[in-house]
Amino acid sequence: MKIKSKSDLAARRRIGAAKITPGTPRIAVGLATCGAAVGGDRIYERLHEIIQTGNLDILLTKVGCIGYCKEEPLVNITIPGKPLVILHRVNEADADTIIRAVLAGDVLDDKALCRIPAWDHVTGHTQQYGTGFDRIPLYADVPFFRHQKKVILRNAGLINPEDIDEYIAVGGYQAAFQALTGMTPEAVIDEVEKSGLRGRGGAGFPTGLKWRITRDAQADKKYIICNADEGDPGAYMNRNEMESDPHMLIEGMIIGAYAMGVDEGLIYIRAEYPLAIQRLKHAIREAREAGLLGKNIFGTTFCFDIEIAIGAGAFVCGESTALVASIEGKTGRPHPRPPRLTDIGGGLWGKPTDLNNVETWCNVPVIIKNGSGWYAQIGAHGNTGTKVFSLVGKVDRVGLVEVPLGTSLSTIVFDIGNGGAAQKKVKAVQTGGPSGGCIPVRLFDTPMDYESLNNAGSIMGSGGIVVMDEETNMVDIARYFINFATGESCGKCVPCREGLKHTLLLLNKILAGKGTKADLETLAILVDTIQATSLCGLGQTAPNPVLTTLAYFRDEYDALVRS
Amino acid sequence: MDEKTLDEIIARYAAPSGRLLGILGEIQNEEGYIPRETLESLAEKLDVHLSRLYSLVTFYSFFSLKPVGDHVITVCMGTACHVKGAETILATLESLLGIRGDTTEDGKFSVTTRDNKFTLEIARCFGACSMAPVLQVDGHLYGYTTPGNLPGILAEYGWRSHED
Repeated sequence: MKIKSKSDLAARRRIGAAKITPGTPRIAVGLATCGAAVGGDRIYERLHEIIQTGNLDILLTKVGCIGYCKEEPLVNITIPGKPLVILHRVNEADADTIIRAVLAGDVLDDKALCRIPAWDHVTGHTQQYGTGFDRIPLYADVPFFRHQKKVILRNAGLINPEDIDEYIAVGGYQAAFQALTGMTPEAVIDEVEKSGLRGRGGAGFPTGLKWRITRDAQADKKYIICNADEGDPGAYMNRNEMESDPHMLIEGMIIGAYAMGVDEGLIYIRAEYPLAIQRLKHAIREAREAGLLGKNIFGTTFCFDIEIAIGAGAFVCGESTALVASIEGKTGRPHPRPPRLTDIGGGLWGKPTDLNNVETWCNVPVIIKNGSGWYAQIGAHGNTGTKVFSLVGKVDRVGLVEVPLGTSLSTIVFDIGNGGAAQKKVKAVQTGGPSGGCIPVRLFDTPMDYESLNNAGSIMGSGGIVVMDEETNMVDIARYFINFATGESCGKCVPCREGLKHTLLLLNKILAGKGTKADLETLAILVDTIQATSLCGLGQTAPNPVLTTLAYFRDEYDALVRS
Repeated sequence: MDEKTLDEIIARYAAPSGRLLGILGEIQNEEGYIPRETLESLAEKLDVHLSRLYSLVTFYSFFSLKPVGDHVITVCMGTACHVKGAETILATLESLLGIRGDTTEDGKFSVTTRDNKFTLEIARCFGACSMAPVLQVDGHLYGYTTPGNLPGILAEYGWRSHED
């Protein structure tokens, strides 16, 4: 059934609501890639078997990931009239006792992580679950969750990502309906501009401005692209956004396409994410069937569709011109800009093209639904909204963390992450992937915003935060990233191709204990030159891990070289 | 790869955007590597130069031209895995399997046991950083790996220790 009116949308909301809070108990297993890999899929199968053989009146379903990776596998229990309870560290052997408790209207105390009496899905819908289970901690009292603000991950881990009705039930596709049936494209761009949204892929370019430039470009055909290549090692928020809530991305792209006057969109996604690809394909199919993609969306004259293009593992394809070359079936070698993607002759197949990161697109529906004023209040001036960070490495509570931009590193690493794993002392974090830098613990009052991170010598990047502890050798970390960048350099320009290789040789020599003080000087000059003279962002930023470790951990280099 | 399978893959990619990498990706997934004959016949069918396809296959790390064994083990070398000991995991696997590999200049690493049972490869990042160090066998992810639990994982795929 195609959705063409407000009442069609309301009807789908009721269908979805009946799945989220059915009249019977609902058990939902967290089945994003990580949850499945640590046993979630076996738990699901075992629960399925018990429910089938017993012919039990329990709705079993799957959800994405709420981000508390350390506590996986997670299982949500919803008993009518009771709060939703998240069970943690569940294993296959618990399945029988879980079911027995549920049938008795109860949950396992020793497995309960927290309870959620009501959940604000942000876009105007608050899901009421119920009361009771007072002995179980509230969601907001769990230290890992307490300091977070879920806007992008508002549905992640709570709705079935493979069911469009559940997304609609929690307020999904209302923003797209509102935009397409009640706003001019100009007005949509105005809202995005006023919200202050900046690109979540790393550079922080104002999204509204990019949209306006694309809209104003005169051409017979234009494209929008979602960059889902997530090439930064240590970052996986985009994977979870797509696996847990793919319709949010699709809705963002529909609104963007309408604003820019585009009828064709592409999602460029890495081959290493098979589950995300599968869920996106499923979601696109569902959206087409509901009349939200394809011809005459919501019964209007607006037509737009999305296709998936699969990448093949090249970090340099995060660079916009290389990404487009890759979709065109070429090697991903950047070309100098201008022409930019938004220029005629610069984008996909030579047409003006708007490229935004997964998380940037995911911000769009909530901005349209709640208004730019609401959105701009979150975060800091010039850095509005929230950002999802992947907090990994040698930190106690690993997981995906969503906080307002401008939140300090110390809040993220110590309050949310609980400091070092195994009681070790945290020494530094590395942010922004291979283009980013290392920030020492003495600078942990640094607010996580685009400018402050740049001032500290690092970058926001896509939001990876890799924690290093007292046992981590910082020179080895610098070598790790230079080795990565050397392998990923496309080889087109000399400073990057040759310069990085020689940086790597120098670091290898220093780490082998054969370096001299003169080598350290050569190293510093070399990385300066690479930074100043490389053709594209990969080469210009690749020295950052060396520059920051030289600046903040010079003693570790000095200790390795002979005088 | 037989001609029929290749034709079916090609037919799934009618639109030009994402076509070449999409087709090559399916061949890689199907065969575990890109066989030379398949690449040659693809060049003919699509009327593109073999050299162009070859440049794609060597540029992108997802593709491999080297045949692989019955089971492919891929060790994640992402940042989180690195700080949690991915190198030790790789070295332990090399010693358990009795093979030694080297990273080539284009960043690829692939080595197969003499009995053709196992191929050991590396990946840039699986995006499963919370369970670092991570590895994959035939597409199945294993998290929180340690040198100690590697023999158990290998045994699931028919590996036997030489001491047995």
